[in-house]
Amino acid sequence: MIKAVMMMNTQGKPRLAKFYDFLVRCLPVEKQQELIRGVFSVLSSRPENVSNFLEIDSLFGPDSRLVYKHYATLYFVLVFDGSENELAMLDLIQVLVETLDKCFSNVCELDIVFNYSKMHTVLDEIVFGGQVLETRSDEVMKAVEEISKSEAASNSISLVPKSVSGWRGGR
Amino acid sequence: MEQLKTIGRELAMGSQGGFGQSKEFLDLVKSIGEARSKAEEDRIVLSEIDILKRKLLEPDIPKRKMKEYIIRLVYIEMLGHDASFGYIHAVKMTHDDNLLLKRTGYLAVTLFLNEDHDLIILIVNTIQKDLRSDNYLVVCAALNAICRLINEETIPAVLPQVVDLLNHHKEAVRKKAIMALHRFHRKSPSSVSHLISNFRKRLCDNDPGVMGATLCPLFDLITEDVASYKDLVSSFVSILKQVTERRLPKSYDYHQMPAPFIQIKLLKIMALLGSGDKSASEIMYMVLGDLFRKCDSSTNIGNAILYECIRSISCIIPSPKLLEAAADAISKFLKSDSHNLKYMGIDGLGRLIKISPDIAEQHQLAVIDCLEDPDDTLKRKTFELLYKMTKSSNVEVIVDRMIDYMISINDNHYKTEIASRCVELAEQFAPSNQWFIQVIMNKVFEHAGDLVNIKVAHNLMRLIAEGFGEDDDDADSKLRLSAVESYLQIMSEPKLPSLFLQVISWVLGEYGTADGKYSASYISGKLCDVADAYSSDETVKGYAVSALMKIYAFEIASGRKVDVLPECQSLIEELLASHSTDLQQRAYELQALLALDARAVESILPLDASCEDIEVDKDLSFLNGYIQQAIESGAQPYISERERSGMLETTDYHSQDHHEVPSHALRFEAYERPKPSSLRTQASTELVPVPEPSYYSEAHQPISTSSVSERESSEIKLRLDGVKQKWGRPSYQSSTSASSTPPQAANGTSSHPDVGVGSSSLKPRSSYESKKPEIDPEKQRLAASLFGGSSSSRSDRKSSSGGHKPAKGTASKPPKENPIPVQPPPDLLDFGEPTATSVTATDPFKELEGLMDSSSQDGGSTDVMGVLYSDAAPVTTTTSVDSLLSELSDSSKGNPGTYQSQTSKGPNSQEALEKDALVRQMGVNPTSQNPTLFKDLLG
Repeated sequence: MIKAVMMMNTQGKPRLAKFYDFLVRCLPVEKQQELIRGVFSVLSSRPENVSNFLEIDSLFGPDSRLVYKHYATLYFVLVFDGSENELAMLDLIQVLVETLDKCFSNVCELDIVFNYSKMHTVLDEIVFGGQVLETRSDEVMKAVEEISKSEAASNSISLVPKSVSGWRGGR
Repeated sequence: MEQLKTIGRELAMGSQGGFGQSKEFLDLVKSIGEARSKAEEDRIVLSEIDILKRKLLEPDIPKRKMKEYIIRLVYIEMLGHDASFGYIHAVKMTHDDNLLLKRTGYLAVTLFLNEDHDLIILIVNTIQKDLRSDNYLVVCAALNAICRLINEETIPAVLPQVVDLLNHHKEAVRKKAIMALHRFHRKSPSSVSHLISNFRKRLCDNDPGVMGATLCPLFDLITEDVASYKDLVSSFVSILKQVTERRLPKSYDYHQMPAPFIQIKLLKIMALLGSGDKSASEIMYMVLGDLFRKCDSSTNIGNAILYECIRSISCIIPSPKLLEAAADAISKFLKSDSHNLKYMGIDGLGRLIKISPDIAEQHQLAVIDCLEDPDDTLKRKTFELLYKMTKSSNVEVIVDRMIDYMISINDNHYKTEIASRCVELAEQFAPSNQWFIQVIMNKVFEHAGDLVNIKVAHNLMRLIAEGFGEDDDDADSKLRLSAVESYLQIMSEPKLPSLFLQVISWVLGEYGTADGKYSASYISGKLCDVADAYSSDETVKGYAVSALMKIYAFEIASGRKVDVLPECQSLIEELLASHSTDLQQRAYELQALLALDARAVESILPLDASCEDIEVDKDLSFLNGYIQQAIESGAQPYISERERSGMLETTDYHSQDHHEVPSHALRFEAYERPKPSSLRTQASTELVPVPEPSYYSEAHQPISTSSVSERESSEIKLRLDGVKQKWGRPSYQSSTSASSTPPQAANGTSSHPDVGVGSSSLKPRSSYESKKPEIDPEKQRLAASLFGGSSSSRSDRKSSSGGHKPAKGTASKPPKENPIPVQPPPDLLDFGEPTATSVTATDPFKELEGLMDSSSQDGGSTDVMGVLYSDAAPVTTTTSVDSLLSELSDSSKGNPGTYQSQTSKGPNSQEALEKDALVRQMGVNPTSQNPTLFKDLLG
């Protein structure tokens, strides 16, 4: 099971953090921040040209592994347990990045910051409840586009009457 | 940073439409991005929080604005600041009909809230509605939220709909529904245990994606229970075969590999199924062999599959040919330049050497290389491998290496782990005792003393004390001497870990003077030094003083004259006035010991007796004579604390005390609270007047002389605290006499007469109290029939239920009504449900019987009960019964279960009541609809 997906920049600022592990989810925000900081401090101390794997029991409990990949100004991090394959997880990061690349055409850190909800939409299509749901980036793209289209449609429809009837209609 | 800004400007120009962030948000992100310190960032965020707090209070916020605020809240929270003031707005937004807003709401909610958050209950209704939506995107959004928000209590509310969605026409929905069910299973296996067959069914889904998703829950299920999935071995193998033969649509390819993630999951499942099963393994040989041939080892994902094959082969019973293929693959990994592959190679090697130990030899050099590698991850993995391949022939080298590494790292977590591994290996394989003590223990303790488990220290002490088990006293004493010598040497080093010092002190105390090489004054001087140097560490001091005591004792016992060194004397004097009572006592004992003669001292601290068992007379039987004497001369017999505090309660509290002491106080309170409020609601005249408690104590005092008080429920006990002194004597006596009779009889007999004497105010309670004994046998039978019962009630069950099903149906009703009589009466009003459920219950229970037949007797039936009841969670009665039952099953072991169940009722229904009230407040889940819940679930 995947316990967490994180993205942070090379200065340690979290750009996206999603936890799937029940235990971690129930931690208060500050503790989760501590985890993120802990991960960053480990990552930032890793030299170049070493493996992308880490055993990270000290932060996420026994049998926790971490796979990370460094792209430009961003770290992509997956934390998972023994039921996943490290190399496959590395490829999952690849899938995620490829998909984002297609989404934003040449993704950069800023895209991720400003398109927060889209980021999550993409991620939710790939990882669902801690399990790998979809690894075909084309399929993910299709789903995301459909959502965007549908959102845009519902937005334009409700644009006019929204302010008048919206509150009544909604509840 | 510069680059960031330019892109930011570009973005602000509006190149990205659709997600329409406002200028404020852009500014916020930008200013945070430009913040030079954490403090500056915090300042910015805090002012942003102020702004948002203000803005959210404004009336009539347009929705688009609101969405923007919520995104900002999410952002703030991601940076680690509390945004809880805005949670409710996110919750509100999920109610919106607009997909964009709804999704934003769900996103925010899933990020803000965890499963146990109070606001979840407000979302359940929306989720239920959305799951029924025609728009599959809405359904997906709801499923996504389910995975992250639904907790054990709310699972039943959405479960039927999720199950329905397993047959949705959109594969995306089916996939997510499976994942949601899987999540439920992880969260609370019992809630979906009857739905497991659905996973099997979905394995045959037309869509490979859905099939692939099904593998996730199946993997978990098979991990838990391999045996019941053996029939699927050939299905999995044939699926894998089809995948490798590229029967899947081209779109499933990833880097030219067909559906690699599905392959990996399948391989993992096969590893589980083939483990220790020759015939299952044989079915897999073919496909595994094919995979080795087909896998493209030039891509990352190809190697992932190769590695997974190695893993599977190490788990199943492999053929020699496959082993060879795996070994080849491993050597490829190890020879690779990529650290990742080396890592996988080392890992694979660690798995394979369990089957064929000689495989490691061909890779010696590669392993050594990895050990020297600057990559920490790789190094650790290699140590893990070494740990696995340690034998008595190589233990010295490996442990030396490990210790060197341990000394070099700063990561305490890993240091601890590697230290404990060193100890473990040393204990297992140590070639000689000398080596063990000198190299291992001393080094490990010196460098990681504060990190190792205290048990390790105790083991070491025991080892030195017991020797190595052989009857070779000579060797043992040599061992001890060498330990003493090495410790005397090490002691002079500054800053030793506390645990190590404890060991040293103990060893010096026991054996420092044992063979006469060192004089008592020398050793005691050293011990005083320790106590001085580590004066802030009381444990070490304690050990040192005890060691001193032993040394002096040995001296006295052997008839030598003891001259206490001046520094020892001052140490003792200092400790006599110590703040620590422990140290003080030790010092006093030492002082007293010095004044005794040789014979007495020898019997107190015999030489080398640390291994002798000390017999402890727990009953203090040697005091019996003294007690007898005291009683004869008119003293009161001792009444245990339990009896003293519990004497006013019915005896059932006694039995509870054994098991539920910690929760006792809590239960107590919860039991009482509903009373006043419910009194108000039930304005019936037969009931006690409202100001009952105060009236009670007044009315109670005159009666209490006639020992009425003793059998009252806990409530009065509170008031009686002051009264106790007055009436204490008689009630003490009576309670002891009662406890001598069998508890059940005491309960039944004593409560009835008391009630008769009691004033009218006592009546309501007495009526329910007197009911208890009537319920008992039935409840017992129910417990027995549901859970196989405790050993005591087992025979009961056999005779009464006789194995035919209808009995179960009737037997399971009483507990449903049970809470009612035992509850303070007014609760009846709030319940209202029981009648309804008992009417509708006929249907589910019939179903239940069917289910029970198919499932295994004991475990199965409890599961089904749990499921059934938890499904009806909103119906308060049933939940309380459910948890009650489970408690019953827990506590009934070796104890008359009836008592527990009665006492545990109060808090449960209280909890349930509160929950019910909450649910009603929120308007979620009209309880009357529950029968349909049952139907959906079982149909």
